[in-house]
Order: sequence, then C-alpha cells, then structure tokens
Amino acid sequence: MGQRTVIPFGPQHPVLPEPVHLDLIIEDEKVIEAIPQLGFVHRGLEKLVQKKDYTAFVAVTERICGICSFGHSLGYSQTIEVLMSIEVPRRAEFLRVIWHELSRVHSHLLWLGLLADGFGYENLFMQCWRLRERVLDIFEATTGGRVILSACNVGGVNQDIFDEDLRGIVRVLDGMRGEFGELSKTFFRDRSVQNRLGGVGYLSKEEAQDLCIVGPFARASGVEEDIRSYGYGGYSALASFEPITSKRGDGYARCEVRAREVLQSMDIIAELVDKIPDTPLMTSVKGAPGADSIAVSRLEQPRGECFYYAKGNGTKYLERFRIRTPTSQNIAGMTKTLQGCDLADVPLNVLTIDPCISCTER
Amino acid sequence: MSATAKSPWIIHYDASSCNGCDIEVLACLTPLYDVERFGIINTGNPKHADIFLVTGSVNERNGSVLQQIYSQMPEPKVVIACGVCACTGGIFRECYNTLGGIDKAIPVDVYAPGCAVRPEAIIDAVVVGLGVLEQKRVSLASGTLEEASLPSRLTAADKMVADQTVRASALAETIG
Ligand code: SF4
Repeated sequence: MGQRTVIPFGPQHPVLPEPVHLDLIIEDEKVIEAIPQLGFVHRGLEKLVQKKDYTAFVAVTERICGICSFGHSLGYSQTIEVLMSIEVPRRAEFLRVIWHELSRVHSHLLWLGLLADGFGYENLFMQCWRLRERVLDIFEATTGGRVILSACNVGGVNQDIFDEDLRGIVRVLDGMRGEFGELSKTFFRDRSVQNRLGGVGYLSKEEAQDLCIVGPFARASGVEEDIRSYGYGGYSALASFEPITSKRGDGYARCEVRAREVLQSMDIIAELVDKIPDTPLMTSVKGAPGADSIAVSRLEQPRGECFYYAKGNGTKYLERFRIRTPTSQNIAGMTKTLQGCDLADVPLNVLTIDPCISCTER
Repeated sequence: MSATAKSPWIIHYDASSCNGCDIEVLACLTPLYDVERFGIINTGNPKHADIFLVTGSVNERNGSVLQQIYSQMPEPKVVIACGVCACTGGIFRECYNTLGGIDKAIPVDVYAPGCAVRPEAIIDAVVVGLGVLEQKRVSLASGTLEEASLPSRLTAADKMVADQTVRASALAETIG
C-alpha cells in the first residue's frame, strides 16, 4: 500500500468556472476518496422570500443561476401558479417552452465548450462558444438581455415574440444545425476525444438509480428519466417525446447525450413554433397565496430535474420557498465516480457531470 | 506604455456570483468579443496575473479566498469588480450570508456595473484598469507605491481558517 496524501482541489482552479473545493485523498496516482466542501457561493436567497413579495421574487429566482436563469423563473412561476390556482394562457406556455429550450441549447453548448477546454482542445472550445453566441443574440433580440431575460412572470410572460420572429428563430437554429453537425463530428469521431473521454468516470445504471442521479448524467447511464416526458405546460402539445439515453455510462456518453439533446431541443422549438396558438400573454394575478397553502412543481433544467416547493401564509410574502437543484443530487454521483480514478482525470470527471454550484448553494 | 499594459494577464474568480457575470467574463475571451486580440490573456495562476476580475459578492466563506488570491498576485495589480453584485452586493445585498461588495475584502480599482455586466462594459473596465496599472507601475518603479492594506480579516474568515486547520488535522488522522 502506497502512502496516502491529501490534495486540495479548488476553490480557485483553472478548469473550474465556479468555486468548489474537493479534498482528494490519493494513494499513488489513484483517488481513494473525494470529500467535497461547499459554501463558497452560498448567499441565502431562499430566505429573501420573506423580504420581497411573491411577484418581485421572480427577479431573484432568475439570479439563482445565470446559465439556467429562465428555467428558474419558470419553475418559480409554475409553483406560484399551482399555489394560487392560476390558469396560464396557452401562448405564454408555448413561449416559455421556446425560451427554456433555447436556454438548454445555450447551456449544452457552453458545457461542450468547457469540456473541450477541460481536455485541452482549445479550438473546439472556441467554436462551441462562437455557436452559442447565436442563441444569445436571439435572447437579446427577443427580451433585451443576454443572460438574465426577465421574460417570465407569475401568470404568463412579459413579452411576446411575433410569429414572423418565431419563424426567424427557427431559421437561425436550422442554420446552426450544419455547424453543430461539424462540431459533433469532432466530438464523436475524433480519436483523441474518444481516448480522453472513453471509460472516464463510469457510473452504472444501478448506481445512478441508487444515488438518485438526475438529468443527462443519469440518462447517460441508461436511466430513462426526463420530466419533459410528463408533458407539463407547453410540452403537452408535442406529438411525441423520447428521452435521449445511452448505455455506456462514461464521460463520452454524457457528451453524446448532451450533444443529441441540443438537436432535440431545436426540433421541439420548430414543432412548437408551428403549433403556437394566438391567445393573450398574461393572466392578471390578484390576491395572495392562502394561509398554509403548499405547492410543488418539477421542471427539467438543462442539468436535470429541479424541484420547487412553496408555502404561503395568507400575505404577499411567502412563508417558505425551497429548491432542490439537479447538481445537489449529482454531487453524490460525482464523488462516486471520483473514487478510484486517476488524479489526472479528476478535472474531467468533475466537468462531465456539468456541476452548477451557484444553483446548488443558492 | 509598458509591456504589462500592452499584454495584461487576467485572472477570474467567482466570489458568489450567480454565473451570469461569469459567463460574460468568459464570453469576452471567446470569438465574438475576443479580447486576446488586444493581448489580454486569461490565466489560472494568480502569480502570473496583473488584473483580477471578480464577479459576485463577498460572503462569510469566500472573503479569505479572495484575500489569498489577491495577496498572491505580484505588484502592480488592479482589481476590477464585475457586475453589481461585486460592486455593492446587488440583488443579494439583503441576504443573510452576503456581506456586500468585494471592496469589503480587497481594495477595488474599477467598478463595472450591470446585472449581468455586459462584455462591452468588462472590456471598458479593463481598459480603464490599464491606466491604473500603468500609474501603479510608475509609482512602484519610483518606490512610492503604498502597499494596500487589506481590510482586517473578516471575523468569519478567521473562523474558517481555524475550521480548516481542524479539518486538516482530522483528515490527517483518518488517513493515518
Ligand atoms: S450582477 Fe446580476 S448577473 Fe452578475 S452575478 Fe450578480 S445577480 Fe448575477
């Protein structure tokens, strides 16, 4: 038995855009155990519900995470709508899904870029981020913001996208498909990428289920779980929806699942644009959540299932608001995959689960 | 203009940002804005960096990390606060775990507001920062640069260091 050493990893580390700290206990070159330390990004924003009223809090939820910002405002609005039994106009539901799927495209492209950077393929990183800027341009044209959109609100959406612009969005996405195809070819066919990702961070289906892993991380291990297939909101209008899965369970599979999800999201947007009805955008919201009313809702974020809970107390201020984010589930899987991996694979292992620390710690 | 001002190296740290400002900092480095054409290079090592870009506000936990990174950077150095969170605490100012802008922990030279801060604003702030960097270089050469005094260590940060020492010895025990 070799000597055991503790190597600190983070919080400031070149491959990590976000601060997380791992104590890696290693023996020779193998990681025996990884102990995560969190709290560097904790702000305590769930408690802010007691200071900001339930409509003003949408702005705060958007800033839980700048990558899935639209998703969080959507999840919060959905929960309050359940809490107060508000009916959302159909067009608003469609627009929400369109923006949400656009966020997924940009989030996955961002991740594919960071992954490429993680294994030292600088060119691929730049190309992914170049492509991603097109989605940000759509955001800017439709809402005025690049990352914080402020488009979703309790009761509906704040802005409309005209039918003509919707078709324009589909054209932009269609234009991206070709270039994205080129990029995926590199991800799927390039030998160096396969060598670097194949077999890294293997997690079996049973382990994924035991640890309650969610999102693309779970789907890459063969767990067929995608909240979108339950057809909430605008997703109910889809003719069919099949979660994208892979059986390999390693880093390569996670890359493949996310790359295919980008195309899937583009298909969803195109289908919804064809079917979008013409209704008002907003239901006016009056009153306050009743005392002791409780609501939960779920949502498929780019990183997996996100769970929202809200409790009212009869005033404009909520009693409690709570989120269970995908990464807080996936960290358990990450420490599992880190056990027994090579020290040099640690950064890649951490990256392939697509951690979003600022969601997790809020 | 000195060589440093022509090709400043930047380091980026996410204090407790929501990622919105972070990805905009990264967006500056990628093809659309591509600050590398101005000679600006991103580095992960504080000892190589001239400009420190910080996003997000200071909380009980990361204040000491910020101070660590800051003190590892060689003089002359410039700190840029990116986004309203880093400037003042922003929307999270009232949260129980937010102490305020990063100037609570380290001295800030340039403030770039915005939520999220736009890449143009970051580039602008870096350009302003270069002026400050040049001034500091001149005063460093003439021996008049005053060493910035870090605000006395945050009390909670002290506690954290103490906690970590305990942790480290506990870990050392578990691994024998
Ligand atoms: S300024 Fe806004 S976008 Fe930037 S970190 Fe703060 S909340 Fe997020």
